[in-house]
Amino acid sequence: MINLDLIFPEIFLSLSIMFLLMLGVFKKNSEKLIYNLSTMTLIILLALVVNLFSINETLIFNQSYKIDNLSTFMKSLTIISSIFIMISSFTYLKSLNILKIEYPILILSSILGMMVMISSNDLIVFYLGLELQSLALYVLASFNRDNVLSSESGLKYFVLSALSSGLLLYGCSLVYGFSGSTNFNLISNTSLNIEYGVIFGLVFIIVGLAFKISAVPFHMWAPDVYQGSPTSVTLFFAALPKVAALTVFIRFLYTPFVNLIDQWQTILVFISIASMIFGAVAAIGQFNLKRLIAYSSIGHMGYALAGLASGTNQGIQSSVIYISIYLAMTLAFFSCLFMLRKKNIFYEKIEDLSGLSSNHPILSIALLIVLFSLAGIPPLAGFFAKFYIFMAVIEQSMYFLAIIGLLSTVVAAFYYLRLIKIIYFDKPNEIFEKDHNIGLKFTLAISTGILILYFIYPGILIEVVSRINLI
Amino acid sequence: MFEIGLGHYLSLGAIIFTIGLIGIFLNRKNVIVLLMSIELILLAVNINLVSFSIFINDLSGQIFTLFILTVAAAEAAIGLAIIVVYFRNTGTIRVEEIEKLKG
Repeated sequence: MINLDLIFPEIFLSLSIMFLLMLGVFKKNSEKLIYNLSTMTLIILLALVVNLFSINETLIFNQSYKIDNLSTFMKSLTIISSIFIMISSFTYLKSLNILKIEYPILILSSILGMMVMISSNDLIVFYLGLELQSLALYVLASFNRDNVLSSESGLKYFVLSALSSGLLLYGCSLVYGFSGSTNFNLISNTSLNIEYGVIFGLVFIIVGLAFKISAVPFHMWAPDVYQGSPTSVTLFFAALPKVAALTVFIRFLYTPFVNLIDQWQTILVFISIASMIFGAVAAIGQFNLKRLIAYSSIGHMGYALAGLASGTNQGIQSSVIYISIYLAMTLAFFSCLFMLRKKNIFYEKIEDLSGLSSNHPILSIALLIVLFSLAGIPPLAGFFAKFYIFMAVIEQSMYFLAIIGLLSTVVAAFYYLRLIKIIYFDKPNEIFEKDHNIGLKFTLAISTGILILYFIYPGILIEVVSRINLI
Repeated sequence: MFEIGLGHYLSLGAIIFTIGLIGIFLNRKNVIVLLMSIELILLAVNINLVSFSIFINDLSGQIFTLFILTVAAAEAAIGLAIIVVYFRNTGTIRVEEIEKLKG
């Protein structure tokens, strides 16, 4: 008998999605109700997932679904940040007039897809989770459907993401054919005697996954999609799919293909170096804050992949810590963006930040902290995230990767510091509105608090993450 | 006589896959052609999976194919819906003219 307790969170989430959809269809004008109920659902879901932390590694459904410390941690991370995304973006959705019942339901279904992806231990399960996630994201990107930019970004995201799913599937079919199974554990048993078909499939799978986390050279969709979609959706894009895709990266590299480490290590080092350099250099000429953060997230994914490329437990743990801190930074940055509002118009150009400090001292301090943390300046959390990555990389004597990483941090610091200069030393613009809803303020306070106070209690996060042992 | 083996099926899959890829990258005319190319890629994967499944005597490849078919249908539906939304806003679906977002 299958132990259904272990997938109770997923069952609960899918039932709530169906219930909320029905409620939204049959009850008129229930947008706000559905929105609040979805947030409640996420909070309950968090409790259910955290409850699984004591479970050791367990495989269910014919070994196709895996519950272990990595999956529980990543799921909790996903759900916590989605709760913050929900409570911080309410005003934005309302003033853009895109608060429809479908919005929270699409978010919930993509989270369900991510949870399936994170726990998958089988190619079929993984593919279904991935598609459930991305089908919901296609619609979300073009959610502001009367806006040209939003529909264009949806179209671009659809075409490129479907292409990447196709590449990934082709890789899956080759891996299945040459190893004879879709199960990750069985694949890892057979990939001891190296077949060229499996390596070919591995390359295709890495390409597809690199697309999903927008690593160079498969990043071209990210800036356009980030700029065009509504800001709340951009926040969603910048945060959650990356967590799920990074987890799948870890799963793929360290369960089925762990014997092929010589083959994939070079590819990962290349992708990581290219992302770090490109993310640092290409962001310099940008004028739009959302586009800038897209390039910055490309760079950050490069650092996260550098940890994975080291091929050790320490590397995996440092990547997981990196992505957690990256989530806090993204949340804080976008909360600041949501606050640049005048009469229902939201501002997203760099020049709109000019002289922000004279009218909005608190917001400017928050932005200062976020930008310093993104640049990796001690003692903020962003510094420690990079520090752990470099430690793990240097331990494996991959000095070249570490040096390139450090150099691109220096280059990237240029555009973060330029933003700070614009905020503090340029001519003030008109004053922005100052009444923000409590959820937005709460999100900003919590996420900046994490960035500042991380260095006092780093042990909490490290203790949880150190339980993730895959090798 | 000439024997058709796994290699032939795989080559067929690879050729269709390549046609799909080329269709996406060389197409300058119409977004609908992009949709057709994506469909071609997925069909190439299906050919691969079914032929593997028969030659290694394992059913899960065919089950995978059924799932892919279902997902491809959903994907095409969403893709067409997005194209309709885009056409309403701009009045065109020529690929060359999709360039409002640049920087």
